[in-house]
Amino acid sequence: MTPIWTAVILGSLLCYAIKLAGHSVPHRFLDQPLVMSVSDYLPIALLSALVAVQTFAVGMHLVVDARLAGLLAAIVALALRAPFLVVVLVAAGTAAAFRALGWAA
Amino acid sequence: MTSAHVPAWEQERRAIVVNAIGVGLATAAYGISFGAFAVSGGLSVLQAQILSVVMFTGGSQFALVGVIAAGGAMSSAVATASLLGLRNAFYGLSMSPVLSVTGARRAVAAQLTIDESTAMAVGRSGPGETLRAERLAFWATGLSVFVLWNLATLAGSLGAGLIGDPRTYGLDAAIGAGLLALVWPRLVDRRSVGVAVVSAVVALALTPVLQPGVPVLLTSVVAVVAGVSAVRDRASRGLT
Repeated sequence: MTPIWTAVILGSLLCYAIKLAGHSVPHRFLDQPLVMSVSDYLPIALLSALVAVQTFAVGMHLVVDARLAGLLAAIVALALRAPFLVVVLVAAGTAAAFRALGWAA
Repeated sequence: MTSAHVPAWEQERRAIVVNAIGVGLATAAYGISFGAFAVSGGLSVLQAQILSVVMFTGGSQFALVGVIAAGGAMSSAVATASLLGLRNAFYGLSMSPVLSVTGARRAVAAQLTIDESTAMAVGRSGPGETLRAERLAFWATGLSVFVLWNLATLAGSLGAGLIGDPRTYGLDAAIGAGLLALVWPRLVDRRSVGVAVVSAVVALALTPVLQPGVPVLLTSVVAVVAGVSAVRDRASRGLT
């Protein structure tokens, strides 16, 4: 089995097991103030870190390219309470336009 | 429930189903990005599809592919995807009393427990006769997103080979935007904004010195620190 297959299968099974655990384990295991509190912040930390890395990283290098224009456009769309679909399309369209016009790599 | 309530329920039922399809369509646009991103990141069409069928939680899927595409270790890819998926356990915790299902139905309900289905169900909760509205919102949204997300993944992964470089269409920027849209509604107070900013800065600062995937994984420490401080704050204010 290739490493990618291992990651795909192991990651998928773990993510499903986590979902099933939420429906199955007794509430007292998860329903504690500290566990609940950390679990509130965990997606914020990881998703924000992913946004940053997806926008600026190429492997282990940091670069500024059309992705930043796309992200800034997405922030404007979110501030204007645009729906999810619009946010994603605005970001893609902005980055594509910057590249087509030669304003950014 | 008397017959006088039926038209109202019929109306609500239709609204829930229409919303569910709308949410499914929105995630489908994003699913196309995922399929294209997965294939351009080195996954096969089948691998991308297995992620959408079995993993079926967008943030984790993007995280796993992102780490692999950047050349990170498989262990980092799996760990980041799993940590991001942890929130689904807490969704399950709040959904299981609403759904009260067992056996095979519970196994299916667990798989459909994601941001969208939980949010739509919680949005229907409130005083009065809302249990069946909550249940319908959960199942309709979960199924709608599951079907459309998977079709979109397939379209994206098959299309990636045809359209050439996904960067031309800005699909790489769409990934960051979609992840941002997932985190945006969670930025409700100063502490959560602080967690977001610190995590982004920490991940970028560590990117040049650590293997791809590890910087994102390490920001879970920021979440633990914030969680502990939030609990202490509440305790010092005399709340539990």
